[in-house]
This record gives sequence, C-alpha cells and structure tokens, in this order.
Amino acid sequence: MAPRNFVRTEIIPAQPPPAGTLGPLAWLRAHLFSTPANAAITILAVLFLAWTIPPLIRWAFVDAVWTGENREACVGAGACWAFVRAKFDLFMYGQYPPAQHWRVNVVGLLFVAGLVPMAIPAIPGKRWTVLYLLVVFPVAAFILLRGGMFGLTDVPTTRWGGLLVTLVVAVTGIVIAFPLGVLLALARRSRLPLIRVLATGLIEIWRGVPLVTVLFMASVMLPIFLPSGVTIDKLLRAIIGIGVFYSAYMAEVIRGGLQSIPRGQYEGAMALGLSGLQRTWLVVLPQALTISIPGIVNTIIALFKDTSLVLIIALYDLLGMIQSATNDSNWAVAQVPASGYAFAAVIYWALCFSMSRYSLFIERRRAAGRPR
Amino acid sequence: MSDTADKVVSQRSSEVAIEMAGVNKWYGAFHALRDIDLTVNRGERIVICGPSGSGKSTLIRCVNALESHQSGRIVVDGIELTHDLRRIDEVRRETGMVFQSFNLFPHLTVLENCTLAPIWVRKMPKRDAEGIAMQLLERVRIPEQAAKYPGQLSGGQQQRVAIARALCMRPKIMLFDEPTSALDPEMIKEVLDVIVDLATDGMTMVVVTHEMGFARQVADRIVFMADGQIVEVGEPEPFFTAPRHARTREFLGQVLR
Repeated sequence: MAPRNFVRTEIIPAQPPPAGTLGPLAWLRAHLFSTPANAAITILAVLFLAWTIPPLIRWAFVDAVWTGENREACVGAGACWAFVRAKFDLFMYGQYPPAQHWRVNVVGLLFVAGLVPMAIPAIPGKRWTVLYLLVVFPVAAFILLRGGMFGLTDVPTTRWGGLLVTLVVAVTGIVIAFPLGVLLALARRSRLPLIRVLATGLIEIWRGVPLVTVLFMASVMLPIFLPSGVTIDKLLRAIIGIGVFYSAYMAEVIRGGLQSIPRGQYEGAMALGLSGLQRTWLVVLPQALTISIPGIVNTIIALFKDTSLVLIIALYDLLGMIQSATNDSNWAVAQVPASGYAFAAVIYWALCFSMSRYSLFIERRRAAGRPR
Repeated sequence: MSDTADKVVSQRSSEVAIEMAGVNKWYGAFHALRDIDLTVNRGERIVICGPSGSGKSTLIRCVNALESHQSGRIVVDGIELTHDLRRIDEVRRETGMVFQSFNLFPHLTVLENCTLAPIWVRKMPKRDAEGIAMQLLERVRIPEQAAKYPGQLSGGQQQRVAIARALCMRPKIMLFDEPTSALDPEMIKEVLDVIVDLATDGMTMVVVTHEMGFARQVADRIVFMADGQIVEVGEPEPFFTAPRHARTREFLGQVLR
C-alpha cells in the first residue's frame, strides 16, 4: 500500500520496453496476425496473390513476344509487345509527320527543363521558373508544335495524336482549371451577392453536366452558334471544355480549404492593416491551398485520366491511338488488344502514381516543422 | 472661424488617443454596447474588466473597426471611423492588436510573421523590416526563435511573437484582447512581463483582462463593464479598495479571493 505522504528522492530513468514488443516477429504479430480474423484475412490475401501474380508475370514476361513484324509473331499465349514496338511512334505522336518528331521531343525536353527545377524545393529561383513555365514555355511549345512560322512546317492539330495529345490536353487543362478554380472559390465566398450568385451558378452548372456532354457541346453545338467563317480549333475547344469543367471541381475543393481557415486569421491580418487583396493572397490562400493539396491532386489526376474521353469527339489521344491501332488487320490476333490496353494502363498509372507520390512529398514537407 | 475650429480639433487630437462618444452596437436584436463614452489620452494605460458577455471585447474591437458600431462617434488618433475603408485601414496601421488566440500565421516563420505587414503595408524594404523585427523579438526575449514556425513554440512564446508582430508596425496605440486567457498558468507571467515593460515605456494601451494583479500594477484607470455599458471608471487604488457601484462590488467579490 502506498504511503499517505510521499516525497520523491530520486528520478526514475527511462527503461527499455518488455521483451517481444520490438523486432520483426512482434511487427508481424501486431500488424498481420493480431486477431484470428486478421490472421485469416492475411492468409487469404497471400493465397489470392499466389493465385494471380504468377500467371500475370508469365503472360507479361515469360511467354511474351518482344519482336516481330506482324500477327504471325503473336499467336502464343503471352503478351504481344512486338505490336507495341511496331506502333510505338504512333502511340507517342499520332499522325505527326515522322520527319518532324524532333519538334515534339524538344517540347518535351523544354517541359522537363521547367518542371524539374519547379518540383524540387531545394533549387532556387522559383520566380524565374514560374515565369518560364507560364510564359516562355507555352509560346515556344505552341510555335514548335504547330509550326507554320520561323521556317517550321505547318502541322495542323488534326495530325497530332497519341501521348502528345494526352499531355497537351492534360497540361493545358490543368493550367486553365487551377487558377479559374481558385477564382471561382473566392468568388463563391464573396460578400457581393452578384459575384457570389454568378460563381455558384457557374460551378453548379458545370458540375451538374457530364464531361461527355461538355465535349459533345464543344465539338458539335459550339460551331452552330459561331458566326459562319469563324472556326475554333477542335483540340482547343476540347481543352477549354475540360479546363472549365474541372475548374468547377477545383473550386469546390479549394472552397473546402478556405472554409477551414479560422476567422482569427482574417482578423489578425486585418488588425495589421493588410488590405482585402493582401489578406487573401498572403494569409488565407497559402494556407487554404496547402490544406487542399490532397483534393487538388485528386482533381488533377481525375482530369488527366478523363482526357481519354476526347476520343468520342474524334481526337486521338494515347488510348484512342492504341484502340484504333488494334484494328490494323496486320495485327489482327487475340493478344494484341490486351497488350495495347496493358501498355496504356501502365503509362497512365506511372504518370498518375508519380503525381500522387509527389503530392504526398509536398504535403509532408509543408506539414514538417509546424504542427498546428 | 473654421480655422480656429480646426486648430482646436488638432490640438485636442494631439492629447487624445481614442475618443468614443455615445457608441452603440447591436448584434441583431442584442444590444451589445450601450452609450459608451470613453476618452483615452496619449500614454494612458486603460484596463477594461467585467464579467463575460459584458461587451469588453466588442468595445476594444470597435476601436480598430474589427466590429463596426451603429451609432455614436469613434475617433482614433484624430481619424474618425466611418464606413470609409481608407480611414479604417489608416486607423489599423496606427493601432496594434493582440488577440486571446494569438492569430499568428502558421504558414510563415516567426520573422516572416513580423515583417509581413511592414513590407506590404508600410512598403518597407525587406532588410529594414527584418532589422526592426529582430530588435522587437529581442525586446520580447525570443530572438532565437526567429526562424521557427509558430506551431513549434509554446503558447507564451507565441503570444510574445504576436506582441512583437504588432509592434513592428510602430503603432501609436496597442489593444490587448484578453492576451493571457488562453495560456497555461506557467506562461502567463512571461507575457505579462512584456506588457508591463511596454507600459513603463509610455505606450498608449487598452487591455481587456481578468488579471487583477496586473491591472492594479499598470493601469492608470480601470473601466468596469457589465451588460454592454460602462458601470464604473476609476484609478486602481480607489477602484479596488472602495468600489462605488454595487455591481462592481459584486464582481470584485467574485474575482478577488
């Protein structure tokens, strides 16, 4: 029994935990076999993987055909990577003239040259990188890809295709959707009723319509309303449609972030004499956007994948090109479509997964050192 | 004629820091401030106390227009508060405010918190703003925390940063809205010490607080509020030893044990 009165004379030093709570065995028990139900699930999951993974590996690697000129090479039970190899340029560039492929490659390099210094926080000069990415790169990319000036051959957008179209639509769509989304989110919280009603109306209209409808409207109905003689490039119409459509989703994600900023932050900024614009730009938005990163990246990934819908208005992006290539009678063999779609899936997955991991990295970095 | 009138006004405004006359405010149907008359002279230290819901915070927040009043006159540093946003910004530049919940910007370092307003509002070069900020962080005794984020500091340290941040704008008047109410008991003293230090320096200040010991130590006058009105105003000694109004006596009976 503890004494009624007590004064400590020495401090107890920290002791190691009891045996069996550290080490790999303890980890297994805690995470995989903590209860009978968990143990059963673990065993079932292992069995499922053992049942599915080996055949997949056999199909994709062991039995796969890597070289060949036509369907005769791919009569086996493995994937037909020879088809992907033969059509690789088509998947990347579409009908872009082969002699001009270097222009697309240069644009790709220019993009990476801007993206890498932007993405790595340790590289200084972010201001110049932003300027490059938002002004220099788009102009250079447009001139290089479209041509028709500075002695470059004219390549109409109808000949663009494959991954080129996927990336052009996705990147431009994001560049439209993000700032427009921020503006719509701010407008929806405006104190001026007219602006608030307009923003709310726009957001609800775009969110209430399927993207397929938006694309059809852009491709079929818009030309009807335009005065005769005026034409807007179909690719451009699709990009604007996707960008504006996703700006509505982006706005709602960012509005969520804005709502989580406590009133005290506005008051602290007001008491210092910051103007309304300064309060938003310097205090509220940086915090709201950080909080919204998971939702923003989620929306960007959805946008990226939905670029494949441009197929329905006869724009041939990566998936569209692969699909039309599977119809080639030279390659009319059972393994070809599966191989083509698997290739598409791997590319989409690799790009989306990188975006997702990068966003996690940024989230951790921004959260590091400042717990709330 | 008008010349002399102007002179009288400017002369008065040189001694008077804050003037409130017949100020009323309602939240919906609730009458939060009732006929408030209060004049604060330059260099004067006013402590406002009273039970919760008595309108203390509302009153102090009207001074820098975080709340708007519906009738009466509020003149701060010679500038009358109206709906004119430019005047409101002008008043806010001249008054610093410290909040119960600190309201530091969590995405900025301590130093950036301090330099934000001088750089953007006063258009001060970054280097100068940082010099002043470091000086003031030294004054509140946490220069070594300048590179940290607010979330890495204790409550008492955060509140001292908030005081330094307000002082960086070189305000003529400091407003404190329950600066120690959100702090752990162990941290109240370090914050009060900084405020006392400011008070002995001659800063005009209005402090809403429940710290009666502090009030007694620094206040030139104590304002006691209840039910949205000023019940009693007096110097600390008579206020604590011989309160005149029954409501004041009841309140002091509750808080002084």
